[in-house]
Amino acid sequence: MESNRPLIIRFVIILLGAVLLVKLFLIQVTDDSYLRKAEQNAIQRIVDHPYRGLVYDRNGNLLVYNNPVFDLMVIPREFSVKDTARFCEFFNIKKELLIENFNAAKNYSWVKPSPLIKQISNEDFARIQDYLIDYRGIFVMTRSVRSYPQPSAANALGYIGEISGNQLNRDESKYYTQGDYVGLSGVEAYYEPELRGRKGVNYRMVNVRGIDKGKFKNGDLDTVSIAGENIQSTLDLELQQYGEKLLAGKRGSVVAIEPKTGEILSFISAPTYDPNQLTGSKFGQNFMLLNQDENKPLFNRPIMAMYPPGSIFKIVQSLVGLQEGILTPNTTLSCNRALVNCHNHPNPVNLFGAIRNSCNPYYHQAFRMMINREVSSNTFRDTQIGLDKWRESVMKFGLGDKLGVDMHGEKGGSIPSSALYDRIYGNGRWKYSTIYSLSIGQGEMLVTPLQMANLAAIFANKGHYFIPHMIKAIDGDPNLIPEKFRTKKHTGVDPAYFDLVQDAMVEALSGTAARAIMKDIAIAGKTGTAQNPSGEDHSVFIAFAPKEDPQIAIAVYVENAGWGGRAAASTASLMIEKYLNGQISRPALEEYVLAGNFIY
Amino acid sequence: MRNNDFYIRKIDWVTIGLYSLLVFLGWINIYAAVFDEQNAKSIFDLSINSGMQLVWIGTAVLLIILILVADYRLFENLSLILYVIFIILLILTPLIGKEINGQRAWFEIGAFRLQPAEFAKFATALALAKLMEANTFDLSKIKFQLRAIFIIGLPVLFILFQPDFGSAMVYSAFFIMLFREGMPNRYYVLTITLIVLSILAILIENNLIVVGVIGIVLVIFFFVGKKNWQKLVTLGLLGAIMIAYVYSIDYVVDKLPLHHQNRIMVLFDPDIDPLGVGWNVTQSKIAIGSGGLTGKGYLEGTQTKFDFVPEQHTDFIFCTLGEEFGWMGSLVVIGLFIALLLRLVFLAERQKTRFSRIYGYGVISILFFHFFINISMTVGLFPVVGIPLPFFSYGGSSLWAFTILLFIFIKLDSHRIQILGRLS
Repeated sequence: MESNRPLIIRFVIILLGAVLLVKLFLIQVTDDSYLRKAEQNAIQRIVDHPYRGLVYDRNGNLLVYNNPVFDLMVIPREFSVKDTARFCEFFNIKKELLIENFNAAKNYSWVKPSPLIKQISNEDFARIQDYLIDYRGIFVMTRSVRSYPQPSAANALGYIGEISGNQLNRDESKYYTQGDYVGLSGVEAYYEPELRGRKGVNYRMVNVRGIDKGKFKNGDLDTVSIAGENIQSTLDLELQQYGEKLLAGKRGSVVAIEPKTGEILSFISAPTYDPNQLTGSKFGQNFMLLNQDENKPLFNRPIMAMYPPGSIFKIVQSLVGLQEGILTPNTTLSCNRALVNCHNHPNPVNLFGAIRNSCNPYYHQAFRMMINREVSSNTFRDTQIGLDKWRESVMKFGLGDKLGVDMHGEKGGSIPSSALYDRIYGNGRWKYSTIYSLSIGQGEMLVTPLQMANLAAIFANKGHYFIPHMIKAIDGDPNLIPEKFRTKKHTGVDPAYFDLVQDAMVEALSGTAARAIMKDIAIAGKTGTAQNPSGEDHSVFIAFAPKEDPQIAIAVYVENAGWGGRAAASTASLMIEKYLNGQISRPALEEYVLAGNFIY
Repeated sequence: MRNNDFYIRKIDWVTIGLYSLLVFLGWINIYAAVFDEQNAKSIFDLSINSGMQLVWIGTAVLLIILILVADYRLFENLSLILYVIFIILLILTPLIGKEINGQRAWFEIGAFRLQPAEFAKFATALALAKLMEANTFDLSKIKFQLRAIFIIGLPVLFILFQPDFGSAMVYSAFFIMLFREGMPNRYYVLTITLIVLSILAILIENNLIVVGVIGIVLVIFFFVGKKNWQKLVTLGLLGAIMIAYVYSIDYVVDKLPLHHQNRIMVLFDPDIDPLGVGWNVTQSKIAIGSGGLTGKGYLEGTQTKFDFVPEQHTDFIFCTLGEEFGWMGSLVVIGLFIALLLRLVFLAERQKTRFSRIYGYGVISILFFHFFINISMTVGLFPVVGIPLPFFSYGGSSLWAFTILLFIFIKLDSHRIQILGRLS
């Protein structure tokens, strides 16, 4: 009977005990997924969404505020309804949708709340508020949506929406989570960090039935939400609204800038839309409609549309020529129509006359003098060197690259370099005769309306500018705006040269844009025509006023409106009058602009 | 009286110490399992389970005193009578018992509820000891094997009527005792082989792989030791039976009621039904697993006290321990159980009578089975069968039954010298 069996039994007891300890070690010590699952079970992370900052115009008018909306939340485990039909009627929801939403909630979590009916209207909320207690497992959560007291400046202000998967992946701060709202365009997007504030988080413990069991770790991990900062924009609401009125029924842009500061006074993209369309529950549907609209109201024209600058560019040519010493006020050239077409005007002309009359052959010859300076005996090489040197000077006018406005999606336009032509024609296979259309602002040259308005500001400032911007103050403090908007940028052109240009611009009006002239305010302006291969040309006009002490610089684009002297110049003149005088003294001109309808 | 003092001093205080520690740890864990910070009550509060457990502990102490002062011959003399009484109770239970959770496993006497199946364990252990006490009882003979199995099988049969699958399974533990007493090896080899094959058959989708494993093992067996025709034929036959068995497993599993099927499948894949059958195991593992090395701290757990783990103060009491005391706590408690079991093996082996030794091994068998299966169940190594963790789980019936089971042996052990002359 004496056997080894008691030993075997001892061994088995120890062995199986060890098996348990190993298994426990595996799930307790080496695997931390259980800890995470336990927290998912019992720890509810309740996010306290901060109040998004408000946006005001430069005069303190409210542009954007928050409107509370109410979501009906459900805890599936606790929720039960005896009479579904009555419930649906009461909460104004279709039965299929209720079932669909409830199933989605169930799939998300049996015990955690998820939305059952999103964005109940104020009226519905008032009605159901008292009856909520009759149902178990549902409660109302308050959120806020953006709201716009004036349906204005849609493209400038932008909109907010649920953060996309892509954005979430790119977000290095790890601040955002699925379902967060984030600025998607305009000021909302650019000043997202300032506007959003900081989310607060409360950790609560819940039991298996979702019933609150108090703060987790006595609230040591909880954080308080911080409201977003209010923003004052540079926009002048009244001017903005007036400009939108003038451009109604047209496609185009108006950008007005205060030359002294670079502040954008009005930023009009036409056709526009009511920003209230892109808020709350209607966002998805309206966004699709706007996106499909053939007039592209969501296309932010002032910074995204690019056109050849046309005749307006001749002013830049004049200034570059003067600064380089190629031109002097007395440089007189003949209006040789064999070179390029022109219209009737006295011949020959000096520089002043060339600007005033917008003489094409003059700039054809002047540009050649700037490009071919016989630096190299090889004509092709000489042109390459000349073009790149010229391009460098032109780009100092804020052309050919993004200005850096405080809006996402800005386009930089294009000032061609020798490398571009080398790519198109081959190195050493092109010369001045290939590129001469640049002399009059055509060819491979593109600018945005914002860059044009900035040009007007440069002419007004006699050679310097501030990067155009939409921000005037953050949280009431103008010193909090980005440093780059307070830094003067120089074109490198002597201010003295601008006197001639300014005078010529004032004079030019009587020739090309007589309608724009005002009796009491000296407007300096220049018309342009952006050639449009697929239809009527675009009407372009830039101006600043008053000439002696410029308060406003403006660029107006009206698409398909033909020659710049008509629609664009009239619009600019009315905008200037509105801004400087606060009222319109020329109802006939206003009538003329309002009646224009160039969308066809 | 002096005689009595003498035997009290012979009591094995090591076992009593281990028992007391386990009961104490169980009690504080029951408190943790039901603790509600927002409505905090004293551990002694009779309206919560920890308070009631203290009542059960107090009454268990009374039972201990009764057992220790009783005449040691009483248990041996009463063994068969007790067995018959409990068999009768087990027959009556499904007929007049109180139905809870679809089982008629409880007797209601006034405000008290008793579970006869718990107490029938020690009666069966006593009856087996009595039966096998005789020198002539030889487990290598089929006749005696059948008698022992009959004594074990009778209560199992009636418990299955309740039906209480878990409690019935516990009786299979007596085969540990039978092993010690000379039950032939082949039964154990066969059982272990069948279990391993079952696991392989369920775990490995492709039965051909299992067949391959069987083949390789048998070939190795053939080449180890002497080689002859008889061995070849025997191994061949065994192989054929094993392969047939493997293929029948899938068939049988398919034929089981779905909830039994899932209880088995959930071991291999807890995610098949995380909100249903998988819920218990999934939540139990989450609770234990979230404890980490040192635990979240006493009363700081969230999974058990917030009811994520069902039955958290009874069958799943180990979850509270694992969550709040971590792996170190588990180590201590499992260490205590192993120490207790090894101590009992030591005590059993020093008995001078077959009756005491067999009873001792009966105690070891039952405790070991409960301990191992209960914890295995909470960590997902074994299907969920509702059996308590000895001394730990909340409940009067189970605490009393385990206490009686253990202390009858301690009583017998304390008289081992006195019994010396009687038999050898």
